[in-house]
Amino acid sequence: MKVILNAEQIEQFLRNLAGQIISENPPRLDIAVIGIRSRGEILAQRLSSRLSQELDKDIPCGTLDITLYRDDLNTPQSTEQPKVRTTEIGFDIDDKIIVLVDDVLYTGRSARAAMDALIDLGRPRAIRLAVLVDRAGREFPVQADYAGYRTDVAPGKLVQVNLVESDGKDEVVIE
Amino acid sequence: MALKRKNKQFRWRRKHLLGLRDLSAEEITYILDTAEGFEQISTRSVKKAPPLRGKVVCNLFFEDSTRTRNSFALAASRLSADVIEFTKKVSSVSKGETLLDTAKNLEAMGIDIVVIRHSAGGAPKFLSRNINVCVVNAGDGFCEHPTQGLLDAYTIRKIKGSLEGLKIAIVGDIAHSRVARSNMWAMTKLGAEVIFVGPPTLMPTQVGRLPVSVSYSLDEVIEKVDVINMLRIQFERLGGNPFPSVREYSHYFGLTVERMKRAKPDILVMHPGPINRGLEMESEVADGDNSVILEQVKNGLAVRMAVLFLVNQAAAQNY
Repeated sequence: MKVILNAEQIEQFLRNLAGQIISENPPRLDIAVIGIRSRGEILAQRLSSRLSQELDKDIPCGTLDITLYRDDLNTPQSTEQPKVRTTEIGFDIDDKIIVLVDDVLYTGRSARAAMDALIDLGRPRAIRLAVLVDRAGREFPVQADYAGYRTDVAPGKLVQVNLVESDGKDEVVIE
Repeated sequence: MALKRKNKQFRWRRKHLLGLRDLSAEEITYILDTAEGFEQISTRSVKKAPPLRGKVVCNLFFEDSTRTRNSFALAASRLSADVIEFTKKVSSVSKGETLLDTAKNLEAMGIDIVVIRHSAGGAPKFLSRNINVCVVNAGDGFCEHPTQGLLDAYTIRKIKGSLEGLKIAIVGDIAHSRVARSNMWAMTKLGAEVIFVGPPTLMPTQVGRLPVSVSYSLDEVIEKVDVINMLRIQFERLGGNPFPSVREYSHYFGLTVERMKRAKPDILVMHPGPINRGLEMESEVADGDNSVILEQVKNGLAVRMAVLFLVNQAAAQNY
């Protein structure tokens, strides 16, 4: 087990990410943050409260469950059974800049599913992808707009993101 | 998708939903949890999601139905499945084709899920053993109507938070009611106490063997219960004279405004529909503040989406 990001580095990533989003998007545009369940949801909440604070206005935050949009629902799964959970987006996404947040970008399949799920909810002005860890091994042509850490660990390894809210501790480890 | 952490978790393994009697509390809870994720599909701009894309759902209804049939059809379309409607009156059944032959033919056409309603108890189970498709029971004889039991439990759970410890009265024609039975299984498994209420002539003969208590007086239970589920008097199924007159029935077992005054202020009033207004329930009660009858219909859609999704998942996993 190797720690690739500690609590301070995760904090640093969110701080930089907020700064970058603010500098790249004109203030007149509406920004909203949407996290992919379940670790992305937590990161999204932290990002939106940081953005709200720095911009001194309320940046809405939502949670997206992508289970119904997965491309492997009709194939036998060796790992966990996909569990449908709720999507909680209490605002209109039309014409907003959506910052889509996930913990790890790997094959790109989750991001594809998330984009399809989002456009069933409306027509955002743009979707930007922000991930804590950008891991090599893409199967779909998807890339992150913002990434906290880039790595090319071997395919058999597990990149595990632990966050205080769900795991009691902020850190990213490779197992 | 990406590698997930390995932890032992519950897996849904049923490719048929035949009844609630055989389901564990964990399985029932899993369906209700799953249904929560489907509720929002009906509220957004594109009221459709893709998990059953390319699948075919057949509504095989040998008995009349409005709510259940349309609810299943809508649930299937919202999951992007194609839906075939089969009605007894306009099919070869009226020419004497057997249930099995009808089903085998549908199977040969490449149906993935059959939703069946039949007057013979056990018909769904019979189908599930003889054809290789997912079977969902939409009501069989006096046996079960599992999705009704699930949507009633879902509605109660959503409003009350949990069924644990609740007292629930199911009132009326228990003997002929598959809704009462599926309600009983779902609710008792989730920790509620169920009381069957009705005249002795409308109680099942073996009611003592069921996990419920029995009362022959609505006045005795009305003050005690948290939920009251009023069943429809099913005139089409009643033989003989189970009660002297409709007026007498409604005098003793109707949910009237007067009776409601003695009920808990937050009692939930439920009815599986269609309502005989003025008979089992006065209109003011059916449309009153405690009534969740239309909530039930709305929740039914989410619950049926969850059921169709889950049986298809189990089939995809080759369970």
